[in-house]
Amino acid sequence: MTEFEPKIVGFLCNWCSYAGADLAGVSRYQYPPEIRIIRVMCSARVDPMIVLTLFKEGADGIMIGGCHIGDCHYISGNYHTEKRAFVIRRLMEKAGLEVDRFRLEWISASEGERFASTVAEFTEKIKELGPSKVMEDSDLASRVGAAVDTSLDFRIRALLGHEVGMIEDGNVYGEKKTEDEMREIIDAAIEDEFRRSLILEITSSKPASAKELSQVTKLPTDRIVEHIATLRQKNLLAVDHIEGMTPYYVALRVGGD
Amino acid sequence: MEPEEQTPETPIEQEEQAPQTPVVQQEPIAEPPVEPDEEAPETPPTPDSEELRIGVFVCHCGTNIGGFVDVPAVVEYVKTLPNVAFARDNLYTCAEDGLTAIRDAIKEHKLNRVIVASCTPRTHAPLFQGVCEEAGLNKYLFEFANIREQCSWVHMKEKEDATRKAKDLIKSSVSKAALLVPQEEMKVDVVPRSLVIGGGVAGLSAALSVARQGFDVHLVEKEGVLGGFTRNLNSLSLGDKSAEDTIKPLIEHVQAHENITVHLNSQVESVSGFIGNFDTTIVTNGSSKEVKVGTIIVATGALEYIPEGLYGYGMYDNVVTLTEFEILCKSGKLPKIKNVAFIQCVGSRGQDKSYCSRICCVISIKNALYITENFAEIMGEEGAERVEVDVSVPEISSRRRRRRRMVSAEGEAAPGPAPTGGPEITIFNRDVTTYGADHEVYYNKAREKRIRFVRYTTDNLPKVTQEGDKLVVNYYHETLKTERKLQADMVVLATPLIAPPDAADLSKKLKIPIGRDGFFLEAHMKLRPIDFATDGIFVCGTARGPADITESVAQGLGTASRAAIPMARGFIQAEAILAQVDPEICTGCGTCEANCPYGAIRLSDDGVAEVLAAACKGCGCCGATCPEKAIQMMNYTDDQLLAQGRSILQGAM
Repeated sequence: MTEFEPKIVGFLCNWCSYAGADLAGVSRYQYPPEIRIIRVMCSARVDPMIVLTLFKEGADGIMIGGCHIGDCHYISGNYHTEKRAFVIRRLMEKAGLEVDRFRLEWISASEGERFASTVAEFTEKIKELGPSKVMEDSDLASRVGAAVDTSLDFRIRALLGHEVGMIEDGNVYGEKKTEDEMREIIDAAIEDEFRRSLILEITSSKPASAKELSQVTKLPTDRIVEHIATLRQKNLLAVDHIEGMTPYYVALRVGGD
Repeated sequence: MEPEEQTPETPIEQEEQAPQTPVVQQEPIAEPPVEPDEEAPETPPTPDSEELRIGVFVCHCGTNIGGFVDVPAVVEYVKTLPNVAFARDNLYTCAEDGLTAIRDAIKEHKLNRVIVASCTPRTHAPLFQGVCEEAGLNKYLFEFANIREQCSWVHMKEKEDATRKAKDLIKSSVSKAALLVPQEEMKVDVVPRSLVIGGGVAGLSAALSVARQGFDVHLVEKEGVLGGFTRNLNSLSLGDKSAEDTIKPLIEHVQAHENITVHLNSQVESVSGFIGNFDTTIVTNGSSKEVKVGTIIVATGALEYIPEGLYGYGMYDNVVTLTEFEILCKSGKLPKIKNVAFIQCVGSRGQDKSYCSRICCVISIKNALYITENFAEIMGEEGAERVEVDVSVPEISSRRRRRRRMVSAEGEAAPGPAPTGGPEITIFNRDVTTYGADHEVYYNKAREKRIRFVRYTTDNLPKVTQEGDKLVVNYYHETLKTERKLQADMVVLATPLIAPPDAADLSKKLKIPIGRDGFFLEAHMKLRPIDFATDGIFVCGTARGPADITESVAQGLGTASRAAIPMARGFIQAEAILAQVDPEICTGCGTCEANCPYGAIRLSDDGVAEVLAAACKGCGCCGATCPEKAIQMMNYTDDQLLAQGRSILQGAM
């Protein structure tokens, strides 16, 4: 059996981290070869959906590299990246994926050595964690799938998009929220939407009762029933059939024809 | 939802329409909307109806890549990848024969996508894109794979792994190249008019230079007079004229120039638009005026740091700042003083502000010399030189430092006021920063005039107290390792220049960044020192950090020439890496507008988001947060990034 070679994807912003990686090269700082880099213009370009999708498809580790806070080529992009990283980590937690498989690093164009040492350290960490189990563990896969769906949820994305504005400028009435308050709001939203996505994920392959859903999601039945009500209201879930007194639910497909 | 099937990426060939030469689409809107529909069959994404023919050029870069990556093996592998019609290696792809090879292959093999696997796109993409365009291929159909900086140079001892990585990186680029779509760059007219914000020396120099190049200038000054910070100053270092006389001709020329409109007591109220077409509102005493300009020069200057609570400032009248000292001199209100202590680096270099203000050492020396020259009669015997300094070899810094230490110790031989009742000017410093040849001569002149330089460290800051009616500086002598006292008639504190608090406001209006210390942040520390990352806006003078008049003027002239480039050309070509909104999906929620740092995306009258192409910088922040996923970044679409990621996960072999 050959040694585990982790699949690590690095998204680096063109202006700082990618340039830092270039500098590591120019300076001949050696680092482990597993990482594969994808260039983006700004770290803020990396949609959480992309990170989570790649995890769903078997990535062992994903790193996003951006400019240091305050040095963003696009003024404030990395500030947004940081907010998104929070959501990525939360969803990984909820899906049961090791949070350490994801890393966000600020690396400037002048930090070639730091880039090399960061990659070395991250690669080591991923090797410690071992291969991602997403491909063989179908439960994990469906939870990560639910995480991807959650990252595409309108409410989560809208909240994320307005987070910085709510903290700095407030809403239309001028009411501001603190960073912690926003985190709390987003946290609660993620929890709800993730559970709902998971219910849809599970019921899309096979009808399930509230009790079964409660067992799989480890949520109390009354919370499940609330989610079911919401999903039915949104026309995303319907009763498939009734066994005795127990309704079995199935996810409705949206979009398409 | 089932994971999407990974079908092999073979393109649908539509023979009937397969063109001989790549078709440049007139409407780059052709990007297919992302269909999250799980039922959709995995049709291979074909941005064009044409057959994909990707050409890959793998560079040896001499031995830089070839020495650590098995290039021929990589080429053989690349030939097996889907859609690759041609692959070869080059010894140096960037050399003339390498470029010719690309040009020829595009024609000969009817390539409609080109990938160069070599060094970094940050330096070489424009070169290869240019070659593609020469051969009739849209430059947005070019893709790079970085197998030198991010492969051969960093895995020099693992040829096998490095080779595999090079294959992966090229594979990833191939998967992206298959999804590239040609883009048209937009031509935007540039209004031949500049807005200069700030009427200090930097802004005046910039305005005059722009005007003399034949463009209109609107110069906005918030005070009622032109001249800026320099108006406070009495004399200037290295000059024999007063500060006022020095800048007078500059002000007169600006006022007299027919191309310049000066707005005094005015502020820039709002700015919108982008390079070539900024809509600005200038408010003068409550009445506002709309001005359309093509470029903007920021010359808003700096303020002096007020050392509240430091070294007795605010407590004792005779503790003043450098600028207050200048004002006293200028207005003739300087009392007859004999003993003056200057304290350098007050509030700077880690005390409150982190940076060195650069100019204060020279200014303190200038003022010390001013005292010796203008108050000579009460300053004791002028000729009593004890220290002979050889000014002919001032450059060697180590020597200077050694000498400074020696001299400090020597100058300190007689403690307290000199017994003759002569002058005592002491400059308490952490290091003397009299950079450059002229300033060093200045420093030596001060030594000749028996101005004492006493070094202090941050562990033992001097303390200013009052004993009777005399100020006393208590300090620790670093060489003698003892506490000492110095009587002073006046203590002058050299405080740094600081960014004015309203800079933050302007930063928001213009969407230009501010650095850690509150000064405006240039696009690149070394290569673009007076540009902002936002095109068409430039910065000069103390608005971007402490600078003396020479530097401020030079920067002012620099920005004038930078601003003249697009105005002289008359148009700009906007890069086509842009956000693109799908109006069918957009619900007009405005999240993108709230996220765009450039004001480049906004809700149109139809209630959907629209992108201002010339203002969009292509960062992608809007797309990554669009709640409906209605925005894609050209050349960095979700599909392209996911294709790259997926090809990496599948790996080579």
